Amino acid sequence: MPADSAGNKIKYHLGKASKEDEQVALLEIQNLNRRFGGLRAVNNVSFNVEQGMIKAVIGPNGAGKTTLFNLIAGNLPANSGKIYFNNAQINGRKPYQIAKQGISRTYQNIKLFHGMTALENVMLGRHIRSKAGFMAGMLNLPWTWPEEKKIKEKSMEYLGLLGVAECADTEISNLSFGQQRGVEFARALATEPTLLLLDEPAAGLNIYETAEIGRLIMKIRGSGITVLLVEHDMSLVMDISDEIVVLSFGEKIAEDIPHNIQQNEEVIRVYLGDD
Amino acid sequence: MTPELFIQYLFAGITYGIIYAIVAIGFNIIYNTTGIINFAQGEFVMLGGMIAITMNALMPMPLAIGVAVLITMAVGALIEIVFIRWLESPSVLRMIIITIGISILAREVALHIWGESVRALPYFIGNEVTSVTILGAKISPQVLWVISVCSFMVAGLSLFFKFTSLGREMRACAANRRAATLCGINAKNMVTLSFILSAGIGAVAGCVMSPITYSDYSMGPNLAIKGFTVAILGGLGNSLAAVAAGLLLGIIEAFSISVLPLAFQDAIATAILLLILFIRPHGLFGSREAASLKEF
Amino acid sequence: MDLLKRYIPVLFLLAVVVAIQLVTHFTETTYYLTQLTMSAYYSVVVIGLCVLMGYGGQISLGHAGFFAIGGYLAGALTTHNLMTLKNYGFVSFLDKVGLLVDSKGLYGGDLLTVEPWAACIIAVLTAGLIAFAIGGPILKLKGHYLAMATLGFGIIIYRIALASQYFGEADGISEVPGFKLLPGIMVSGNFGARVSNYYIAWGMVIIAVILLLNLIHSRVGRALRSIHGAEEAANAMGVNTARYKLYIFVLSAVFAALAGVFVTHYNGGIGPSEAGVMKSVRYVAIVAVGGMANIWGALIMGIVLNFLSLRGVFGSYDDAVFGVILIVIMLFAPQGILRINPWQQLKSFFTAAAPKSGEDATD
Repeated sequence: MPADSAGNKIKYHLGKASKEDEQVALLEIQNLNRRFGGLRAVNNVSFNVEQGMIKAVIGPNGAGKTTLFNLIAGNLPANSGKIYFNNAQINGRKPYQIAKQGISRTYQNIKLFHGMTALENVMLGRHIRSKAGFMAGMLNLPWTWPEEKKIKEKSMEYLGLLGVAECADTEISNLSFGQQRGVEFARALATEPTLLLLDEPAAGLNIYETAEIGRLIMKIRGSGITVLLVEHDMSLVMDISDEIVVLSFGEKIAEDIPHNIQQNEEVIRVYLGDD
Repeated sequence: MTPELFIQYLFAGITYGIIYAIVAIGFNIIYNTTGIINFAQGEFVMLGGMIAITMNALMPMPLAIGVAVLITMAVGALIEIVFIRWLESPSVLRMIIITIGISILAREVALHIWGESVRALPYFIGNEVTSVTILGAKISPQVLWVISVCSFMVAGLSLFFKFTSLGREMRACAANRRAATLCGINAKNMVTLSFILSAGIGAVAGCVMSPITYSDYSMGPNLAIKGFTVAILGGLGNSLAAVAAGLLLGIIEAFSISVLPLAFQDAIATAILLLILFIRPHGLFGSREAASLKEF
Repeated sequence: MDLLKRYIPVLFLLAVVVAIQLVTHFTETTYYLTQLTMSAYYSVVVIGLCVLMGYGGQISLGHAGFFAIGGYLAGALTTHNLMTLKNYGFVSFLDKVGLLVDSKGLYGGDLLTVEPWAACIIAVLTAGLIAFAIGGPILKLKGHYLAMATLGFGIIIYRIALASQYFGEADGISEVPGFKLLPGIMVSGNFGARVSNYYIAWGMVIIAVILLLNLIHSRVGRALRSIHGAEEAANAMGVNTARYKLYIFVLSAVFAALAGVFVTHYNGGIGPSEAGVMKSVRYVAIVAVGGMANIWGALIMGIVLNFLSLRGVFGSYDDAVFGVILIVIMLFAPQGILRINPWQQLKSFFTAAAPKSGEDATD
């Protein structure tokens, strides 16, 4: 962790640095291991993500970034190691439980719900923030009506935030890639997460769109959400990240502020190879 | 239980077991090449027996059996060409429903050709009371026919897949269809071939078991369920394991008569199927990781 | 208002139902009512299955099993004589609570059976519990394995019905008494009560449709559709997919069982064929034709196909017809013949025609 001149660890909160108190990091990854047969996809990886930070995970292809995400999100069980979120251990829990804890995510190749409109997709994002169950739904009990109305309104807000409000009633397979990405973002935000996992948010975007995404992510962080992203686009990463973790062949080889990562010899070697 | 009774049950179990194994291998061959579970597999067995019985009235039995097997193989090829060949990466659900439909259709056609009557091929050697004595028990020679013919088929298939170039091409297709195509193997034809092969071995089994089990238009689904159970039990796609699993199921079924009313015998296979699916879907001999890697 | 829009088709259905009854009355063709009543009950099974397959994404090749559990239990409980057990545990409890019926049997002896209402509840509850018990492990399976497991379930129920003496073996259960719903309204095969039975059946259908429509448009319905759309993402958004799949499985089983109970009282009996694979396949075929996530499509197809089948229009080719339907639909129109609501289609036609703003800002 970077430190100021007095040796105190600097904590990033809403873009401002403040002295660290005795608080535990929002997300703590400790000695995480995941093997596939003989292949060590994630090899003894540890790092923390502090509240309010934008942290990026980078590394060449096959470095284990996606596996890492899947481990955090609960899609894969770890072979060993622990993951703590808000002081509670989340490794070993199911994805929907982890989502309820306050972690939401987007996917590299967008996973929107087919057969549903953009609005309905985002409304599903409000699922964990609403209550109407099977019985209440089937009997169409009156108390569910205002809840449904609120869900719809909130969802429209999120769509508007992402600039895709006009897509609301379109089935998602009829949307352009950029629009779909916007809807997926809106859906993830609709869950009101504490931690947002972004899997290659800039994949398939041009320079302008990438810059737009960067601004969006900063805005998201500004609203109090912590962001952990996996990304290949170096300009985006260097631009917005507070800290960067570099993986190579499943191992963490560096963790530092962007400026230092750019100078890090090992990182350069891993990306460009030995000469 | 007397030793003679034990031996009788054992042979009954082995007989039925090896028939189930043949059906299972039929499933496996098609599954390995295409990922499809052919719900109509039982109908191949039925057709083999029924056609042979009809042909037997017109020609000597060996010829009748040969013709029946050939016709059934043609039907298999026909099914593949008409219903399956031209589908573009269909979903699993779609394929399941289609093959169920094919199975129903085949059954209805059989019903209208042969009616509901139950028939049988004559015993290959002697008649229903002829018996040889093995280990003290009286066994019908037909049982030996079933066991030897089916074992011969299993061995033949092993050799075919291991040593002939055609067999190797089919295995290549099963392992990685795209790569096989890149090597110049005509994957589409391999699929047709797999149907022909499955139909063929099913038909042979149908003929050789007919004197003992009788044949009628509705015998397909029962066999298909048991064959599928055996295939799953051994691990889907693994034909050697299917033989072991088949024998296991056959023997369990045979001995079950001593503890359960006969009417429940058929429920045993189904119960085993559910149990295996719930507890260990990759089968007794399959590996979980290999099974989870399969797309199907 | 969204709410009213949702129910308009239901009112339309109600109008059609009444209209048909009046037509048969005036054209003296009231015998059609019998098949229409049966078709209605079968359609309850179908729309339950439709929601399971279309929204839960689960195929069930054994749903006739649940129908049979409902029908057989109701039939057995209301016909088998409990006189000999009158003083034992559960039976005497039922007696004290007034749930048993004293009557005279065929040969004049005393007959003690379970009150139809109680039998109905027991039957449906049992079906629900069984669905709950096997649903967990079954729904973990995918593709072929799931299909086979549900097929296996149906077969086991069939075999049990066929083999047990309690369930009448191959002859099934007969002499099932009528089911008095309310004073004056009874589910039975009584010719004089044909019209009231018709409305009872269609009443059940309409209630079922309303419940399912509500469900689909609710928060839970959205969750179900999301599971169907992208299960992994649904999980990631906090939806407990396993639990929802289980609930919808149980719900569809309950619908099937309830239909089974009523049909058994209506027909005065039930036989093992109701549990058979062919019945299950039929239900699936109808759902496939109607469109798997399309309640109205499934309902319409359910009525039409069942009615034709019951009237014998398909003759000896009955099973073959459904087999062919399955094949043809799956080959050529896997989404079903009747796509989404005609209303929806019109709506999306107009919105798609409008130019989309915010398209690629690249060039």
